[in-house]
Amino acid sequence: MNAIALADPIADTAMGDTLLYLEDVTVSFDGFKALNALSLAIGKGEMRTVIGPNGAGKTTMMDVITGKTRPDTGRVQFGDRIDLTRLDEAAVANLGIGRKFQKPTVFENLTVFENLELALKTSRGTFATLMARLDGTALRKIDEMLALIGLGGHKARSAGALSHGQKQWLEIGMLLLAEPQLLLLDEPVAGMTDIETEQTAKLFKELAGSHTLVVVEHDMQFVRELGVRVTVLHEGSVLAEGSLDHVQKNQRVVDVYLGR
Amino acid sequence: MTRHSLLTPRGWLVFLAAGFVLIVLLPAANRLAAPGGWLYLPDYLVPLIGKYCCYAMLALAMDLIWGYAGILSLGQGAFFALGGYCMGMYLMRQIGDRGVYKNPVLPDFMVFLNWKELPWYWQGFDMFWFAALMVVLVPAALAFVLGWLAFRSRVTGVYLSIITQAMTFALMLAFFRNNMGFGGNNGLTDFKDLLGLQVQSPTTRVGLLIASAVGLGLSFLLCRWIVGSKLGRVCRALRDAESRVRFLGYSPTGAKLFVFVVAAMISGIAGALYVPQVGIINPGEFSPANSIEIAIWVAVGGRGTLVGAILGAFIVNAAKTWLTGAAPEVWLFFLGALFIVVTLLLPRGVLGVMRDWQTRRAASRATAVAAKPVEAT
Amino acid sequence: MSRLKAIAAALLLLLSAVAVPAYAQTFEDWVRKLAADDFGDKLEAAEKLGDLGDGRAVPALKALSDGALYVRKSDGAALIQDGSRYFDAASGKGLGELPAADVDKVRVNNRLRGVISASLSKLSLFSADRATRLAAAKQAFANPTPQTAAALDRALRSEKAPEVLAAIRFSLAAAQVTAGEVADRVKAIESLAGTADPQVRNLLAAVLDTRDAPSEVRQAAQAALTSIERRLAMVGILENVFQGISLGSVLLLAAVGLAITFGVMGVINMAHGEMIMLGAYTAYSVQLVCRALLPADLVGYYLVLSLPIAFLVSGAVGVLLERGVIRYLYGRPLETMLATWGISLVLQQAVRSIFDAQNKEVANPEWMTGGFDLMGGFFVAWNRLYIIIFCFLMLGIIALVLRRTSFGLHMRAVTQNRDMAAAMGIPTARVDALTFGLGSGLAGMAGVALSQIGNVSPNLGQIYIVDSFLVVVFGGVGNLVGTLVASLSLGLINKILEPFAGAVLGKVAVLVFIILFIQWRPRGLFALKGRFVEQ
Repeated sequence: MNAIALADPIADTAMGDTLLYLEDVTVSFDGFKALNALSLAIGKGEMRTVIGPNGAGKTTMMDVITGKTRPDTGRVQFGDRIDLTRLDEAAVANLGIGRKFQKPTVFENLTVFENLELALKTSRGTFATLMARLDGTALRKIDEMLALIGLGGHKARSAGALSHGQKQWLEIGMLLLAEPQLLLLDEPVAGMTDIETEQTAKLFKELAGSHTLVVVEHDMQFVRELGVRVTVLHEGSVLAEGSLDHVQKNQRVVDVYLGR
Repeated sequence: MTRHSLLTPRGWLVFLAAGFVLIVLLPAANRLAAPGGWLYLPDYLVPLIGKYCCYAMLALAMDLIWGYAGILSLGQGAFFALGGYCMGMYLMRQIGDRGVYKNPVLPDFMVFLNWKELPWYWQGFDMFWFAALMVVLVPAALAFVLGWLAFRSRVTGVYLSIITQAMTFALMLAFFRNNMGFGGNNGLTDFKDLLGLQVQSPTTRVGLLIASAVGLGLSFLLCRWIVGSKLGRVCRALRDAESRVRFLGYSPTGAKLFVFVVAAMISGIAGALYVPQVGIINPGEFSPANSIEIAIWVAVGGRGTLVGAILGAFIVNAAKTWLTGAAPEVWLFFLGALFIVVTLLLPRGVLGVMRDWQTRRAASRATAVAAKPVEAT
Repeated sequence: MSRLKAIAAALLLLLSAVAVPAYAQTFEDWVRKLAADDFGDKLEAAEKLGDLGDGRAVPALKALSDGALYVRKSDGAALIQDGSRYFDAASGKGLGELPAADVDKVRVNNRLRGVISASLSKLSLFSADRATRLAAAKQAFANPTPQTAAALDRALRSEKAPEVLAAIRFSLAAAQVTAGEVADRVKAIESLAGTADPQVRNLLAAVLDTRDAPSEVRQAAQAALTSIERRLAMVGILENVFQGISLGSVLLLAAVGLAITFGVMGVINMAHGEMIMLGAYTAYSVQLVCRALLPADLVGYYLVLSLPIAFLVSGAVGVLLERGVIRYLYGRPLETMLATWGISLVLQQAVRSIFDAQNKEVANPEWMTGGFDLMGGFFVAWNRLYIIIFCFLMLGIIALVLRRTSFGLHMRAVTQNRDMAAAMGIPTARVDALTFGLGSGLAGMAGVALSQIGNVSPNLGQIYIVDSFLVVVFGGVGNLVGTLVASLSLGLINKILEPFAGAVLGKVAVLVFIILFIQWRPRGLFALKGRFVEQ
């Protein structure tokens, strides 16, 4: 009985190959350790939620993975042998790592269509971009995406004129058009209505398996809905890991986060 | 909407009309009309308008980098001056032994400095094709090195502005030195021939006006093509949210470097066309104040529109010509006020005001049209 | 000529009190011999008069050298001509006008002139004027002969003023180096070894070049030479360092206000240079008013008065600027640059209209003119020194304001995170206005200081502005230490490069250096770090 109660069904799922592996990553800003010897492994095709109180290091973790912040020490490995800490943001993105920010960041002065056009998976070289022409396939992909994110009627509007939720969707659409292997999503449902949140959860579940997702979230309802393995960060390192129910029972987690 | 044509049909019409005026009508009015007649374009206006065309090219280059990619270069005048110096060196070598000291090879100022032979960097400038190549390559090389250093290390915003300003300031100091070999304080002047034609002759001046107008037109089309490309959209995206562009996998360094170098080339050509028309190039062209002035031409016309840059360059410089003649002490007050007023009250410039006006008129017409049926029923 | 008379009269008056009757007889004889026919006699007399150390000989020697010494045909007495009147060369007694036929001009040649000037310089050692004696003692150094040594030796006994004594000892040692007993020479060389004077170096080098110098002397000279060269090199370095610090403090003065406003508000104020210029014009105006109103002995303190006034003038203009223009442009730093550039043009033209385009002279008060010799050849100018002191004083006050006042606390909070500060209830709008006022006021005070080392013109601000920008870029924002280190190091680099590259190329090199530097640290030496900084 005991053994069954303690066993964590999600923890036991076979993870297959590890896609992303953080080892002993430390980042400090003027003495403050935003990440403190953080180690984390994400399997290929896995969806993982990351929770933690403010200042736990969630966003800094994303920054380290995407090459925005260089860690003081530690290793970030993508796939079999790529060391992400040596690459800049653009190179990381071109490896197939997409990131959605906490605050929706779309290009406000570009139209919805142009936003998606820039996100489309194409060669990113300067001259290739200069000479780029949209062919039929590309147009079809963009139209499909417009339909998926529900912005079909807005494609000529400038992105700055969209509502908060629409911007979130546009950003997700941009992320998907880049066809990444790994998606890093920072509070994707912030500012969305309940229905939109539900749709998002559905979308993410569909994506899992063919994509690897890391979702940072505050919204416990959403985390529960995703129903995947949860990592709790606290003061820059992993406090607990397992299913949501499992970590919610963890006394230390309750103390630092959920109990408040 | 995907096949971005360079210009709309109406745009082409305006473009060709403007070209016709600058390339056919004005030269004809100067060369063919009877002097004194109402159609006649006085000789002094020919190089003046040619000069404005060069300034407009410079403004285009500024708009390309500032209006579209958000790079406020306060050193754009340096590229203009470098192009001008390259042309000036060619013109100096054309003087041959007609200088004061009658030296067939050395320009007067070198003889005066007691130099015995031509410095290595003056070699080749007796050939027009070489000078013309350098007019483009020298500014491009400087822009490439500076841009690569700056963009690679993510120097943006005011930092970049200050660095570019420092660059042009440093060049000014260097060119002021006599032993740099560019004529020091006096610069290069007393030109005689350009491609075998007398620089001062009315025909040559008309030719230079036409060349400047053609240069302006081609630069405009080139800029149009760039901003209409996907790269142009990457630049606009960069202007608004640079870090987001990185996360999409584009390297801002490449895109910025591309437009920065193209802008430097256009500026260099503008400088080369400018020098034979004004007859002198001196280190004053490098002064930081000159470069900042370019920004206000663009801002007055309307940033991020290209057409606005051309418009602004013509408006501000015409005002400058008139004011510095009529009331020189007022000019700086006027220019200063222009900087303040345009940034505070007219962030979209003259063109923006015109477009607002158009939309408002269209809107009121639409309501009028919409109101009519109601009346009818 | 009347001046000559006055000197003669003064000397006579003085010497009547300290007359030394013991060799009075001989003195008169030598003066008479100056007017002799034979050049050999004249040479001897000129030399002897110098050696005698009697100041009364000065007018006669000068007259001879100037061609104003005459001989009375009747008795061979030496006379000094002044206009049409004559004086007795020995006693200075006036003789009135004499018929031209009664007198003959005493002729001189170059060799005689040389001897006369040597004698005159020896005699100056006994002048009543301390400055003359000091100059003579220093000048004696250049002429290290046994005779000079004797004169110096005698002067040493009568001299009271300490700095003259030091100079005499110094020159005496130099004179003793060249000739005399080996032990004395070695001693003299050793006493010179502690100096750092290029003249001493040349002298010792000359000793080394003399073949017949005894080996002890040569050894001592060699040792002394090495130590002097080392010292000279040190003085050279010190001089460079001082000039570098001086330039650095000027940069710091010009840039510190800019750094503060840039740090707090993220805007570059292109009109910052004009705030400096306004400060300098304030100093000029205060000087004019003080000259008109204050008693002459107080006018020198106008500078002290200008400082607070300049702070208020520039500060007020700064607050006006912030409230009137800049606050509408927050979040658009590039536009702010352009708008403030416009303001700088307007201010320049306004000053040009009110005053004029000419350079204005702001006089150094007496306590700021001149300087002192810190060690052999290392001259420290008062105005430079005061500016360094003033600069550090100002920096200290700013640091205190930032650390100890609530305004400072607010400023630092806004610098680090504007949104958070606003959320905490800090009145960011007021902080901005006051910060701008403070930055501009500091620039005004800098202007007062800069008026002391250069011309005041409407373009004054433009001279410093590019450099101040570079200081800010180099030092990083929101950090006084960064500004301090950046301006001092830029000043030093500039001055250290100058001897090799020349002033202009040195400057160009510094600019290139900074462009390369930002490769390594795009946000300056002391950049703030953290997640919020980048956007």
